[in-house]
Amino acid sequence: MARDAKEKVQSKEKAKPAPRPPIGDAEVRSLVTPEGVDLRLRLADVGQRFSALLLDELLMGAIFVAGTVAVIMGLLALHSKGGFEAMIVVWLLAGFLLRNFYFIAFEMSARAATPGKRRCGLRVAARNGGRLTADAIFVRNAMRELELYIPIGVLFAPTDLVGGWMKAAATVWCGVFALLPLFNKDRLRAGDILAGTWVVRVPDRRLLRDLAQGGVHETAGIRFTLEQLDAYGIKELQVLEDVLRRFDRRAVQVVADRIREKIGYARGEESDGAFLSAYYAALRQRLEARALLGRRRVDKHDKG
Amino acid sequence: MSELQLKSTRFREEREAGWRRLEALLGKVEKGSAAGLSDEDLLAIPVLYRAALSSLSVARAISLDRSLLDYLESLCARAYFLVYGVRGSIWTSLWRFFLDDWPAAARALWKETLVAAALTVLGVLVGYGLVMSQPEWFDAFMPQALAAGRDPSASVEALRQTLYSHRQSEPLSAFAAYLFTHNAGVALVAFALGFAFGLPTAFLVVSNGCMMGAFVALFVSKGLGFQVGGWLGIHGVTENFAIILAGAAGFHIGWASAFPGEQARLDAAAAAGKRAGALMGGVLVMLLCAGMLEGLGRQLIQSDLVRYAIAGATAVLWPAYLYAFRGPRTKLEQAGG
Repeated sequence: MARDAKEKVQSKEKAKPAPRPPIGDAEVRSLVTPEGVDLRLRLADVGQRFSALLLDELLMGAIFVAGTVAVIMGLLALHSKGGFEAMIVVWLLAGFLLRNFYFIAFEMSARAATPGKRRCGLRVAARNGGRLTADAIFVRNAMRELELYIPIGVLFAPTDLVGGWMKAAATVWCGVFALLPLFNKDRLRAGDILAGTWVVRVPDRRLLRDLAQGGVHETAGIRFTLEQLDAYGIKELQVLEDVLRRFDRRAVQVVADRIREKIGYARGEESDGAFLSAYYAALRQRLEARALLGRRRVDKHDKG
Repeated sequence: MSELQLKSTRFREEREAGWRRLEALLGKVEKGSAAGLSDEDLLAIPVLYRAALSSLSVARAISLDRSLLDYLESLCARAYFLVYGVRGSIWTSLWRFFLDDWPAAARALWKETLVAAALTVLGVLVGYGLVMSQPEWFDAFMPQALAAGRDPSASVEALRQTLYSHRQSEPLSAFAAYLFTHNAGVALVAFALGFAFGLPTAFLVVSNGCMMGAFVALFVSKGLGFQVGGWLGIHGVTENFAIILAGAAGFHIGWASAFPGEQARLDAAAAAGKRAGALMGGVLVMLLCAGMLEGLGRQLIQSDLVRYAIAGATAVLWPAYLYAFRGPRTKLEQAGG
């Protein structure tokens, strides 16, 4: 709202209003449930997926180190050569199982997400909106071997075993796969393409307080005229909601002053916070009432 | 002052209890304590889910409270994934996998399997022929780490010793576990490389055959042909069958992404990936068996004849299971269709 003045100038220059995007944006994918409601899922962005992967790898590393310590302890306890051999077998197989089945086992659980993905509020889902099958989970994680572990293995292999050109090739290879999610609109990695899956955001959201709960005229003395309520649209209402939820003192003050100026409201005895709350409730009531009659006012430039 | 309350606020107050209950139940199930839910709760989940969906539709129409909409969207998505999510426990899906999915996938990909088998045989012949005519070729086929001193310069006696292990002298079963992880890696790569239209898979399958051919040729040239057959066959039948199947899975996705037919390329790749994925799961099981036979069986069984017997048994049992066996669901489908 701090850009009001500038936007005012711009809106005068532009003859027709700018085209408005539909609700949501490029990362929203529609998923219509069998009940006929569109869930409008959001795709995970590349940063979230990378941090989820990093968390998972760290966790696996920790498990592996703990397992290794356990194996060594077991060795010391056994004192025998046969025991040593068995331990090595256990260690190698466990390492393999951990690397390959960590992802599969977690993604087959009810959350369809590894601990790292859970932490980042992500989960795996079938692209066609149907059931996520065990096959798909297996495939998307079998490809991980090729996308990630083999190039990294080559990259860190001792130089006498793997030539320099091989490392260069591995770097390019790794780059192609690692960057694949950046170059398609659904942010699919190779495993997702083959498995028919994608990774979506399903954050655990809390139900926050309804800011208009107290009703419109709770604060006596603060009343608005219809003209004052027609100054803004839905977009501004939701920015205001954000400001009220964060309740940063400076922001509240700045926004309150800006709104008073815009709607020509004479400053009374009320505090900035009370003024904003009252304006929020009144504006929401006005906009919701208009929306019910089929006139959703998208933002303040919307004169419909 | 209730008449001054917003419609959306009243709406929220009326429905909030149901959302909270659904949220609590979802939390319980997602934490994995579904068994702790009462029958009443389990039956309530779909009802609450549909109520939440209807709330979402209504809220989108009448409420401009961003946080409420976000909350309902996330609640409905979570509930949707639970109600229409992965069904059944991991055990029932494992059971189904062994009874139906794996053999069915192997049968569906028989053409690709034949191609991979032909390429392997070609590799064996090339490797065998070249090493027999000029032993220097051996180094070209065999990575040094795997050869472990078994090369044309080794004496007959040294080679014979590598075939019959002296138990305490080297940690052979550890070596076998290493081989399993190595072979599983090879199989996974053969599959995953199919993504590049199958060509690297072909290369990998042929070179696996070459390695085997060269290895056999080395021992045959020293007069140990019969013995190396038992040494290789006891696990090699299973292992190479698995690698051939992995190659077939790779060819399958390679073919589908190169020639998607009427489907979109992405859809064709996804469909082929699923079919091939079931087969790859089976490949890993076979490799685990091969690793066991190699690491433990070969150490315990030193007789050539018993080794050959086991090789023969695996050569009959795997194809019989994969191609002749029909699981209950497959039978049902065949009877129905």
